[in-house]
Amino acid sequence: MSVQTDPSPAFAEYAHPERLVSTDWLQEHLGTPGLVVVESDEDVILYETGHIPGSVKIDWHTDLNDPVERDYIDGTAFAALLGRKGISRDSTVVIYGDKSNWWAAYALWVFTLFGHDDVRLLDGGRQKWLAEGREVTTAPESADPTEYPVVERVDAPIRAFKEDVLAHLGHPLIDVRSAEEYTGERTTAPAYPEEGALRAGHIPSAVSVPWARAAAEDATFRSRSELDAIYRGEVGLTDEAPVIAYCRIGERSSHTWFVLTHLLGIPQVRNYDGSWTEWGSAVRVPIVQGADAGAAPAPR
Amino acid sequence: MTTPDLPDQLAEIREDFLALEQPDRLQLLLEFSNELPGLPERYRDHPDLFERVVECQSPVFIFVEVDSDALVHLYATAPAESPTTRGFASILAQGLDGLTVDAVLAVPDDFPQTIGLTQAVSPLRLRGMTAMLGRTKRQLRERTAASA
Repeated sequence: MSVQTDPSPAFAEYAHPERLVSTDWLQEHLGTPGLVVVESDEDVILYETGHIPGSVKIDWHTDLNDPVERDYIDGTAFAALLGRKGISRDSTVVIYGDKSNWWAAYALWVFTLFGHDDVRLLDGGRQKWLAEGREVTTAPESADPTEYPVVERVDAPIRAFKEDVLAHLGHPLIDVRSAEEYTGERTTAPAYPEEGALRAGHIPSAVSVPWARAAAEDATFRSRSELDAIYRGEVGLTDEAPVIAYCRIGERSSHTWFVLTHLLGIPQVRNYDGSWTEWGSAVRVPIVQGADAGAAPAPR
Repeated sequence: MTTPDLPDQLAEIREDFLALEQPDRLQLLLEFSNELPGLPERYRDHPDLFERVVECQSPVFIFVEVDSDALVHLYATAPAESPTTRGFASILAQGLDGLTVDAVLAVPDDFPQTIGLTQAVSPLRLRGMTAMLGRTKRQLRERTAASA
């Protein structure tokens, strides 16, 4: 059972306004049957320091990633996870988190791999909820377990693998990492430890649009016109050409994937979650260093 | 190859973590996070003394003090919205407090990897703690070299 969408005029300008809810809307709808609120943070114990009453926690690392192989969990594990969290296949799920919803967007993208239909983001995330002085609780997580069906993950429409990127060369690619990572000065975000990639730089022809350009100071998404100016104007994305976004492990690019797909309505956007930690260590793939995007090599 | 013995207080912290199941280890990390002591009055207005741990994803600053008895005290600040990082800082602040300089320098660099958090916390986060330990040791080496 789906909960009504947020009718805020502020969201109406986006391509899919039903994918966002405001803090006011969430406050008003807390406790509504069929609604499950999920907190998903970068910091693995931030939820425990205080969370939205009634929310459950899903951690990107311990819950959504397979503990052995570099992949997401499978349908069986996803069903078990969502069942534990009290989520049904027809639940309305509202996800929020730290860092301008960077990890919340990542969780939403993983939910989408499993075709969970009604999954939304709280615009402004944890930061806005707290900034507005709204209630949080340190009560332990509590959920009535449900039977979530085992649904097979469908990667192809929104997830790109390295081979897909090689075949995609010549079509728009967006590198959402920091300028330092893009030029090849370093392999990880500033203020993050060097991790996991043997070579630095970017995929040839990828345009640099750091993910946070889509987020306002208060962690909400920028307006439709501001986003159009960046992605359709500056970068030249259209509804016709398929797009692939990448970052370091696919988290920051999930944020951009959400913006392109749900706020701007671009139909064919994939997130390359292998991202730089795969590409920057792979043998025999093209890399460009410096501020220029570089020419797209022939697809292969 | 022999492993140098851990100072008792660090060994105790490690045993406490390893005795717990995974979810409870995070709970213990949260307790450490809540226990990170505030700065003593004399350092409160001295941001100049503090060194940023740039390897951490959040703004973490540390300052290593060697007191008149030549014992080490580690002070750290980290924001409330980064409880994991606060927890790591608190483990080191408590685990190293009152040790001699030589004892701190002898703490194995891989201590953060040995307290049973590698499954629950991504490798990137644990490296932040390794960096804190590394920077603490470097500050001590510089200090000892200067006074030698």
